[in-house]
Amino acid sequence: MARSDAYEAVIGLEVHAQLLTRSKIFCGCPNAFGAAPNHNVCPVCMGMPGVLPVFNRRVLELAIRVALATHSQIAPRSVFARKNYFYPDLPKGYQISQYEQPFCTGGYIELPNGGSSPRKIRLTRIHIEEDAGKNIHASGYSLVDLNRAGTPLLEIVSEPDLRSPEEAVAYLKELRAILRYLEVCDGNMEEGSFRCDANVSVRRRGESRLGVKTEIKNLNSFKFVEKALRHEIERQIEVLEAGGTITQETHLFDPERGITKPMRSKEYAHDYRYFPEPDLPPLEVPPSLIEAIKAQSPEVPSARRARYAQQYGLSSYEIEVLTQERDIGDYFEALVNHGVDRKMAANWTMTEVLRAVNESALPLSRAVPPAAETAALLKMVAGNEISLNGAKTAFAAMCKTGQSAVEAVNALGLTQVSDEAQIAEVCEQVLRAEADKVKEYRAGRQKLFGFFVGQVMKAMKGKANPKIVNEVLKRKLDS
Amino acid sequence: MAKDELYRLTITEAQQGLRKREFSALELTRACLERIYAVEPQINAFLTVSETTAVEQAQEADRMLSRLGNDAPALCGIPLALKDIFATRGIRTTCASRILENFIPPYDATVVAKLREAGAVFLGKVNMDEFAMGSSTENSAFGITRNPYDLERVPGGSSGGSAAAVAADECLAALGTDTGGSIRQPAALCGVVGIKPTYSRVSRYGVVAFASSLDQVGPLTKTVRDAAIMMRTLAGVDPRDSTCSARPVPDYEACLTGDVRNVRIGMPKEYFVEGIQPAVLNAVRAALDCYRAMGAQVQEISLPHTQYAVAVYYLIATAEASANLARYDGIRYGLRVEASDLLELYNRTRAQGFGAEVKRRIMLGTFALSSGYYDAYYLKAQKVRTLIRQDFEQAFRACDAIITPTSPTTAFRLGEKTQNPLEMYLSDIFTISVNLAGLPAISVPCGYDENNLPIGLQVIGPPFGEEIVLRVADALERSGFVPRRPTVV
Repeated sequence: MARSDAYEAVIGLEVHAQLLTRSKIFCGCPNAFGAAPNHNVCPVCMGMPGVLPVFNRRVLELAIRVALATHSQIAPRSVFARKNYFYPDLPKGYQISQYEQPFCTGGYIELPNGGSSPRKIRLTRIHIEEDAGKNIHASGYSLVDLNRAGTPLLEIVSEPDLRSPEEAVAYLKELRAILRYLEVCDGNMEEGSFRCDANVSVRRRGESRLGVKTEIKNLNSFKFVEKALRHEIERQIEVLEAGGTITQETHLFDPERGITKPMRSKEYAHDYRYFPEPDLPPLEVPPSLIEAIKAQSPEVPSARRARYAQQYGLSSYEIEVLTQERDIGDYFEALVNHGVDRKMAANWTMTEVLRAVNESALPLSRAVPPAAETAALLKMVAGNEISLNGAKTAFAAMCKTGQSAVEAVNALGLTQVSDEAQIAEVCEQVLRAEADKVKEYRAGRQKLFGFFVGQVMKAMKGKANPKIVNEVLKRKLDS
Repeated sequence: MAKDELYRLTITEAQQGLRKREFSALELTRACLERIYAVEPQINAFLTVSETTAVEQAQEADRMLSRLGNDAPALCGIPLALKDIFATRGIRTTCASRILENFIPPYDATVVAKLREAGAVFLGKVNMDEFAMGSSTENSAFGITRNPYDLERVPGGSSGGSAAAVAADECLAALGTDTGGSIRQPAALCGVVGIKPTYSRVSRYGVVAFASSLDQVGPLTKTVRDAAIMMRTLAGVDPRDSTCSARPVPDYEACLTGDVRNVRIGMPKEYFVEGIQPAVLNAVRAALDCYRAMGAQVQEISLPHTQYAVAVYYLIATAEASANLARYDGIRYGLRVEASDLLELYNRTRAQGFGAEVKRRIMLGTFALSSGYYDAYYLKAQKVRTLIRQDFEQAFRACDAIITPTSPTTAFRLGEKTQNPLEMYLSDIFTISVNLAGLPAISVPCGYDENNLPIGLQVIGPPFGEEIVLRVADALERSGFVPRRPTVV
């Protein structure tokens, strides 16, 4: 690897994020995944003759949220443009996008960087556009589904500030987390609501000039992004080391084989002939709207991470786990707000809650009981009413059945006996029945203490509070 | 008037007759349909006659009239023809192109919906230049339309079918569109009234797009008053068209006072030059004398960038058209010519689906937008367009309306200009600037040449100045000008 150590990768990413609006960007059709093909369509998103686009104002609100969270400068006036190309999934023969005057520019995203100060990745621009439909290829024919046509998209373009496949993935994860925290995009890479194209070049370390880049398309998981970039970086280094030159071209990632293949130039060498969209007035953004959205914008991951360190004194590992999704941190904080000790709340969320979410494959809100119920359960542990193991059993049941904490604990008979008189009585019976062993113990076989505890627990079907059993036995045997 | 001659009525006259129950909407509609069947073999204005729809609408209009009486909408029971560029739910909409030959829209254009609601009657869809690209209606894929004043001559274009149908009394009025003169020039050549409103005054939703920043919808009528009546129904905000103005719609009829005293009329010197047919020049000058006699002040003005208008227009309009017509790709609707691969499917479909003029303009527009040429062509054209708009802003500081000939010549012969696109383009030389500046303008008949062919006078107003434009045009009608009906049909 000494050879590749002499090189540095330079990566810039273009992310397309579908916005969570109820209707499409230029018509009233539902913006929803999973409907029957060509179900969520109308003359406008099918590009029928004479129809006109009308901008969905909700898109603007979501775009402003993203601009604010990424410290971008919102253009008071941006301009829609037509991007012209022919493809069966593009009903009008052009995509309504933005070109010379994008929605916002000059933002950045901070990547967590262990203990050191965060890495700033600059954003070139964010613009608003419409998604195309989908082509479905079968043998001998192709079908077109226009349900997706007209889904609102943000295209988020980074500067070439990323230096490794790992960093590229970290950037994507952070961007995805931001979009999910802001509730503007569900970030589902498999369904294509969060898509990524990468521009990558390599250069000798210390060189400040950019090398010739290639573009990689079709990266629909974090794993593929990392694999494809690693492969492409190695390929470029090999070419350069062999005395060759890199050709500026577009590659397609083949996830089956883990390699990238250049597309035929015919497939990407477009002259898009951009020009301002005459059917839409320029997008004016009133400062009052920006202020209103600023006032109600949700917390972003970087702010939450800082707050968790300061407010709860959590470790950087705990913070990472608890802030990866907004609902995880929300749950943790709800437990704390319901009076659960912060350490307990953090541990429980990171282990039991996340286990339940992973096992059920449901969103958190549907995978686990309301935080109030979980808090009630954890308070029983704190109050010695149940054991920690009992709480885990009860929690698993609550997740499955929807029972309250009390119902689950009762149904499973997990209530712990802490009544000293009751425990003392059982201890008395056990010691009487095992008089021989008591003599041995008092003669010095201290090891037998565990045996007595076991007998008491057995007699009480495991429900006795072990701490009290210990105390009572000790007192009786040693007296 | 005999019931079988009801087709001769104006909207204003028909309105009164319908309200007084002198005749029914159905009788009026039947008279128009009979007229259509009688003269169509000569004129060929209609691509589709929607008789069933028309009869149903007329019956509904009669019910509406008996229910509402004088409160019925202004256009209730009025038989109209629609240029085949308007999407009409359930009625074939071809744009005079092979590529849409069998296209039946599942939706109405906003103006069509407004007319339906107002109780208007749709006689059918009329001929035009394919995708509104042309000035003679000879670019239709479905045959030529003849000028009712001389069957060997063109009706103008692109709304030639609309103008011919009104001139031949096949309908009481028609709907057209105007991108560079496509309402006014055929109105002039067919001796009828045609108004292009201010850009954004009328919704473009459902109007098959040619050049989105220039297209406007307007009526072609027998009188200026009829145009005012139509405009009141057509104009107004549309939530489906983001470029459509929310300005309130005035009562355009109320502005037809006949009074043009102290109205300042500008006469742009750039429009009164060599190359105009003498009869046209004489008729327009006579009309200006008439305005002076009525108390208007006529003064010479200058629109210095006029000479660039045609060049600017053929860059901007074709650039927008090249994108607007990309949707006709054989994938979702319209003509598809099968092929073994996608590119070939596109090529064959568009090669067979579009006519020569449409292809020429798509290529021009594609070129103007191409990487490396955009700045020199499209961007430069937009800058000059601003200068042309500023010319008018400047002019309207000194005058209230501008008068020019509508067209440099009267109707030309069929085939006379089909071999020379540039010469054809020049027939819109007086109308194009108005679209580039987004202004309202009307063409109103002002005389006849030595061959009894009609001559049109164009009145241009400032933005949203439809009222002054209508008032000035109406005053000429009242001044004793006697229109001559076509004699050949």
